[in-house]
Amino acid sequence: MTMRLYLWQRATAALMVPLVLIHIAVIFYATRNGMTAADILSRTRGSVVWASYYGLFVAAASIHAAIGVRNVLTEWSPLTDRRAGLFGVVFGMLLATLGARAVFAVVLS
Amino acid sequence: MLAELSVSLWRGGKDGRYETYSVPRRESQTVLDVVTFVQRHIDPTLSYRFACRVGVCGSCAMTVNGKPRWTCRTHVSKVAGRGQLEIGPLENMPVIKDLATDMEPFFEKWQKAQGVFAPTKTRHDEIEPIRPDSPARRLVDAAIECINCGVCYAACDTVRWNRDYFGPAALTRAWTLLNDERDAGGTARLQAVAAAGGCHSCHSHQSCQELCPQSLNPTAAIAGLKRRTTAAYLKGEIKA
Repeated sequence: MTMRLYLWQRATAALMVPLVLIHIAVIFYATRNGMTAADILSRTRGSVVWASYYGLFVAAASIHAAIGVRNVLTEWSPLTDRRAGLFGVVFGMLLATLGARAVFAVVLS
Repeated sequence: MLAELSVSLWRGGKDGRYETYSVPRRESQTVLDVVTFVQRHIDPTLSYRFACRVGVCGSCAMTVNGKPRWTCRTHVSKVAGRGQLEIGPLENMPVIKDLATDMEPFFEKWQKAQGVFAPTKTRHDEIEPIRPDSPARRLVDAAIECINCGVCYAACDTVRWNRDYFGPAALTRAWTLLNDERDAGGTARLQAVAAAGGCHSCHSHQSCQELCPQSLNPTAAIAGLKRRTTAAYLKGEIKA
């Protein structure tokens, strides 16, 4: 792994530590209080805070996972570094697209 | 104590196989004693490497019951619980023949990690005093006693998976030089160990420090390299 990829992976991991904790807390809060989907959507729709929070989460997770998958492939598959990198980019873009779709669904729909 | 040991030794090159020998069990017997017995009394064509027999030269490392070890200081009683030994060449290095491996890749990576001292003075200058209790010298002391046996390199999963990875020994060597106040190769060395195959490839599995016969901790040295290279990169001293 190169210095640049190392830094991106560590930085996104550090960023995700509080994001994951908040995410888990939100899950507990929502389920313990018996909130329905309608309740949740009423709070997330049009919310810049939730859009920013989960948008950042999706971006960090996509970058982090893309680099991780690239590293797994370079070490455990016969793919060349370049091809593993390309696969990582495609995988990251797929995660970002799916994540962004979910964020849009709860904030804009 | 059993009267005989059942010893399987790797014979041949890469495509060789294990052959089993019966070796008399003796008091305070080392794994190197066992291999030497086979070579001297059973099959003189057995190839293996050793020199000092007292844990200094680092040339007798082999894979013993699945783990890399310095055979001259490994007692049979410690590793052959049921009177059985399986002894092979070190992993992650090309096999030359039987128990002897080609250590050229191992030492080539020392060169790639810039493991060569870059002097700041000539023989005509005064000797630079180094305080033994200085923080930098303490870091050097903790990592300097490497005997180049290759045990850490053979134990390393990352070396197994990534043929470009420099490995624990080469990176530990780079770390000692970075902390050597007399050395002038710091920035070039940081650049070298930050490149692909350098310190950032380490997964911190710590097999190196678990099996290092000198009880060194290459994982800690590599973690130090990660910190130093990151700081140097953020300051613009090295390029990614």
